[in-house]
Amino acid sequence: MSKKIGRGNSQTQATRRWAWLFLGPVVAAFTIGFVWPFIQGIYLSFCKFRITSDATLVGISNYQAALADPSFQHSFWYTSATAVVSLVLINVFAFAVAYALTQGIRGSNLYRTVFFMPNLIGGIVLGYIWSMIFDGILSHYDTSILLETKYGFWGLIILMCWQQIGYMMIIYIAGLQAVPEDMIEAAKIDGATKWQTLFRVIIPNVMPSITICTFLSLTNGFKLFDQNLALTGGLPYLIQPDGSTINTTEMLALNIYNTFYNSSTAARGTAQAKAVIFFVLVAGLGLAQLAYTRKREVQQ
Amino acid sequence: MDKQQTLAAERRNKAILSVVLAAICILWVLPVVAVVINSFKLNTFVKTDTFALPTSESWAGMANFVKGMTFGNYPFKSSVLYSVVITVLSTGLILVFCSMAAWYIARVDSLFCKALYFLCVFSMVVPFQMVMFTLSKTADVLKLNTPWTIPIVYLGFGAGLAIFMFVGFVKSIPLEIEEAAAIDGCGPVRTFFSVVLPMLKPTLISVGILEIMWVWNDYLLPVLVLDINKYRTIPIHIQYLKGSYGTVDLGATMALILLSIIPVIIFYLACQKHIIKGVAAGAVKG
Repeated sequence: MSKKIGRGNSQTQATRRWAWLFLGPVVAAFTIGFVWPFIQGIYLSFCKFRITSDATLVGISNYQAALADPSFQHSFWYTSATAVVSLVLINVFAFAVAYALTQGIRGSNLYRTVFFMPNLIGGIVLGYIWSMIFDGILSHYDTSILLETKYGFWGLIILMCWQQIGYMMIIYIAGLQAVPEDMIEAAKIDGATKWQTLFRVIIPNVMPSITICTFLSLTNGFKLFDQNLALTGGLPYLIQPDGSTINTTEMLALNIYNTFYNSSTAARGTAQAKAVIFFVLVAGLGLAQLAYTRKREVQQ
Repeated sequence: MDKQQTLAAERRNKAILSVVLAAICILWVLPVVAVVINSFKLNTFVKTDTFALPTSESWAGMANFVKGMTFGNYPFKSSVLYSVVITVLSTGLILVFCSMAAWYIARVDSLFCKALYFLCVFSMVVPFQMVMFTLSKTADVLKLNTPWTIPIVYLGFGAGLAIFMFVGFVKSIPLEIEEAAAIDGCGPVRTFFSVVLPMLKPTLISVGILEIMWVWNDYLLPVLVLDINKYRTIPIHIQYLKGSYGTVDLGATMALILLSIIPVIIFYLACQKHIIKGVAAGAVKG
């Protein structure tokens, strides 16, 4: 348990005199790097502006424009599909690999090293590596990853699996190693089959790891930007009946980025409103997921 | 089932599992192998014979690497320099100042500390897109748009996770050690730097590794904050090669990608244990 230095304590008094040194730098940088931009971001989402100093309040019209934007709606569904499909695939494979690697097979450490390696490569570089590979395959069929939405979608899923399975595997291995040996032994003696042991004993015991991994892969999926930008950049685009265009493989983060920097500056209010919606979505999803899976964890 | 039979079955299963894992393993390194072989090929062959080894016809040799050095009218070595400067300074600032703040937050009971801690945890669920526009304008006004000043932005945006991890660890250190130091005449500053900080070493390594991986690979924050004509980090440089020059020399691009992932892989192999531990520790933030 943590103990705090009591209010009247002379040690606290001495420490408090140094607050400016201990907290000062972080408070200053945190204000510049997070608090102030966040507050200003909320404020600007209710404004019409081109630069931050010419903002005029316009109420909720930015939010109406954002929600009515077909490209934003499309990117929402596209992101949801990507996040859900990648969540399932990443977690199933990561768990399977972690389970296999905790069976005492020779070379487990080498396999672990290799599976984790893609995590260290940045999103932009990953995107270009895979765009070369996919185009290397697709060029034999006279097409490209930039020409078909379905190639872009599955391409991104493959990329995400390659990058994240190793990461989730590490968390699952830690969880699996913490399952009490005698529990598995007892199940065996009671005549449980391997599958029964897995589903009735092991999985309930690694529920905390499953919570963390599903939470992480869901928010990773929703926040994905670099890989999306580098792999397809949103292409191919589709021209709507009303003349506007939709980038068919554009995810939410990239849609917000493009609304800010690749549209007319008049759309910046809309872009900031989209960013606030995106924030509420990501934060809300994370919290909901957490509350749900926490309930199913084994009580110690 | 007979005992001998079960053992035989188990051994067979393990053998099958080994083969499957080895196969997946090979699949896992193939993309990196593809980068290596294509970095030595002429541009036209990268797209058509991506998976073939270089032949005498497609062999470009070191020409790709030489071309890559000045590719896109920007010296690659400047990118490397800026990436290193930004990563080292940012990680250093975060480790020093966040551990200090975390210790104060964990030890002093005040409303301000509670509010600050809550804000830090809150900042971890905020996606960067939420603040990117306003943050880049603020950084511009405050002249934080150079590789030597952008670490302050990283300290601000990265403080949340670092403080969260440090506070968690400081709380597990028994207070008696610090009390003993105080009785021996240590002031708070000395207590922190010569008693608490050495005990924080494992967490410093974990946080340090997470920050290095984040800052080194980060694209969006520096591209929005830095003056792109003057300062390009490695990810920005690679993105600009593909983005702004129509037809790109894929061979030379792969050469640059290879050059940029070699140090990362060496870093990984050298401190693998710490990296895996750090990543597992950082994941618990959920």
